[in-house]
Amino acid sequence: MEWISPRRLKRLGMLNMNRRNVDYIARYNERSSYPLVDNKLKTKLVVAEYGVKTPRLLQVVREQHEISHFREMAEDLEGFAIKPAKGSGGKGITVITGRDGDEYIKASGARVDAAYLERHLTNILAGLYSLAGTPDVAIVENLVQSDPDLARYSHQGVPDIRIVVFQGYPVMAMLRLATTASDGKANLHQGAVGVGLDIGTGRSLNAVQFNRPITLHPDTGLALENIEIAAWDEMLEMAARCYEATGLGYMGVDLVVDANEGPLLLELNARPGLAIQMANGCGLLPRLRNIEGLKRPHFSPGERANYAMETFGKL
Amino acid sequence: MTSRSRIPFYVAVLLLIGAGISLAIWRHVELGIPWLTGEQRPVWMVEARVDFVGTNEPVLASLNIPDQPPGFSIISEQAASPGYGFSIVEDSGGRRAEWSKRDVSGPQTLYFKAQFIPTDENRPRRMAREPRPRQMFWEEPQATAVREILAQARERSSTPESMTRELIRLMQPDTRTQNTTLLVAEENYLQLLVDMLNHAGIPARTADGLRLEDARRRQPLMPFLQIYNGDQWLTFDPQTAEQGVPENLLLWRQGSQSLLDVVGGDNSEVSFSMLRQTVPALQLATMQAESNGLGFLSFYELPIEEQSMFRMLLLLPLGALIVAFMRMVIGIRTSGTFMPVLIAVAFVQTTLVPGLIAFLSVVAIGLLMRGYLSSLNLLLVSRISALIILVIFITAGLSIIGYQMGFNTGMTVTFFPMVIIAWTIERMSILWEEEGVREVMIQGSGSLFVAICAYLVMSAPLAGHLTFNFPELHLVILGFILLMGQYTGYKLTELRRFSPMKVYD
Repeated sequence: MEWISPRRLKRLGMLNMNRRNVDYIARYNERSSYPLVDNKLKTKLVVAEYGVKTPRLLQVVREQHEISHFREMAEDLEGFAIKPAKGSGGKGITVITGRDGDEYIKASGARVDAAYLERHLTNILAGLYSLAGTPDVAIVENLVQSDPDLARYSHQGVPDIRIVVFQGYPVMAMLRLATTASDGKANLHQGAVGVGLDIGTGRSLNAVQFNRPITLHPDTGLALENIEIAAWDEMLEMAARCYEATGLGYMGVDLVVDANEGPLLLELNARPGLAIQMANGCGLLPRLRNIEGLKRPHFSPGERANYAMETFGKL
Repeated sequence: MTSRSRIPFYVAVLLLIGAGISLAIWRHVELGIPWLTGEQRPVWMVEARVDFVGTNEPVLASLNIPDQPPGFSIISEQAASPGYGFSIVEDSGGRRAEWSKRDVSGPQTLYFKAQFIPTDENRPRRMAREPRPRQMFWEEPQATAVREILAQARERSSTPESMTRELIRLMQPDTRTQNTTLLVAEENYLQLLVDMLNHAGIPARTADGLRLEDARRRQPLMPFLQIYNGDQWLTFDPQTAEQGVPENLLLWRQGSQSLLDVVGGDNSEVSFSMLRQTVPALQLATMQAESNGLGFLSFYELPIEEQSMFRMLLLLPLGALIVAFMRMVIGIRTSGTFMPVLIAVAFVQTTLVPGLIAFLSVVAIGLLMRGYLSSLNLLLVSRISALIILVIFITAGLSIIGYQMGFNTGMTVTFFPMVIIAWTIERMSILWEEEGVREVMIQGSGSLFVAICAYLVMSAPLAGHLTFNFPELHLVILGFILLMGQYTGYKLTELRRFSPMKVYD
């Protein structure tokens, strides 16, 4: 058992769960804004007004009887993703990457028939994956074609970039890569690899899996030290813009890089996890305090992204 | 902003905690509710036995009973007398126990029992009106003798008390003069004192005292003299002139009424026996609460069934405190926030080991069945409903099998909250599918650990005693929980979770 003393953690500026909940989430996140991020459909609609792109919406299934239309719609689609609007932590997301005759091929390679997908839709509507078990809505989105530069690092699944945005300033970022252990999901506690990204440049800093530092991807065997995200400043500005859209002072913005459409917003999270600090090898607190101490906040998302790049970059 | 907005909060929490503690102390002092369980207090059980012979007439027996005797307080009174109507009558002069019966013949025995506890406080007796000295008329030659003795006593005294002492001294055999010998005969000594004092303008009366000694039967009453000094009645020993009520002396009768009146009976007599008992201090406080105005603040007056329900309910805050501490300060993950408390409540009723075995087997069987349910692709609500029914089947099955095999503990399974167990199974099963067995084990054992901790605290006799008898202590728990809600420090588990950060320090 390894332990670290609270004093050392404090010196590192590590944000902990209780402080995150009391001092940041409870103070800066309006309860009334939560539905905006807890419901992916609402998120899509609201960020669109602020010029933040999301994967194209193909269909919304709100009622049981609408499920019959799903088959017609999906008839001539190659790839798509079915998501519960109120799902959390990637629960209930089914990604179809291709077709084989009448059958659909899941991201994992398993083949399923249309009846399976319809049952899945039924489950989503019944609220199986929603936060409080309440009835839900299923959304069908266009499949994200991951940028091959990034995709090669990930085992299955699409690598995504989590950026913590505090009062509109992107303060910390990491790249999340799925592994076999995480079953193609990009959740760190399920075993995905988190790669800390330098806010100033978008270059990788260090990587962790299951909270342990690593240097190579466990499945692909690729070195994780020289990853660089393209169009980094554009992504940061996009993340910063989500603040205007939702009004949430402390949130996690999940972005993906689509090969054709560039950066897209996957989802927002009003309670972003703390593991990002371990991927970056530094604590969030000094950066959050820096923003809190700003006498004159910047008004445009671009300015805020620039300020963050200058201030929090590692050089 | 931070510091200013939180000061009122901390003040409020401090007030809450302070109020809880001071209320508890106040009730401890005022009602005598003990802090610990099993505290004992001495109690005197005094039994008055009235014997008489019925004469085929309607009977009314009336016994003077103590009314706020100095140095004692009465905690219970009861009469045992089959076939008799009984009531306690209060009039201006005192309290009397009255037995009545239409047709009585032959020897009769009536009992009156009362429990007394020694107290330090001496509540002044309420008085309807100021006592006045009785007018006395003496015939010669007594009148002259009385006048002379009183003049002699008055000369050597300054207050009613000293006057009484002097008078008693003058009436003693060794100091007796001609005047006193003329007046005193063996039987009338005390009454003579009373009459003389009244004559001297000092209200005086007799009282009967009972010397309390453990396990005595047929104790006689001892006569005492009481005078009124303009403020209160004072008690004197008529032989030694000693002022005050001796320790362990219970004044059974104060005032001028007779001790016992029996109408319709002959040869009536009263005798006393007594016993020193020890009674749990708590029981005493309960009994006193009924008579005390503060009783409304406690649960003692509720029907027993509600009381036992509250006993259970009042333990819940303790469980909540444990859960809050375990989750916020230690950082143990549990499945369902307060599921552990409910499980702990069930453990309190089943005791730990049988409860654990029952709980684990119900959940394990439930998880197996849930595996089949999930392959049916049911909607959530009907799946949970089906699960609840299955859980009831499982518990019923376990109870019956356990009973047939001779384990009565199998029955205790019914104490578990079925709906909570059904939800636990559902959650565990989803967790299993989504996050794997490891997470199920972590959360499951975390929940059980917290439940066992909560159980250990809740089943401690002291915890049950304090929460039920000092419900105001819940304000303190509330205060602690509120304070904990402000805890922004590291959880214990985070110190481990973040330990790889050492590299970057």
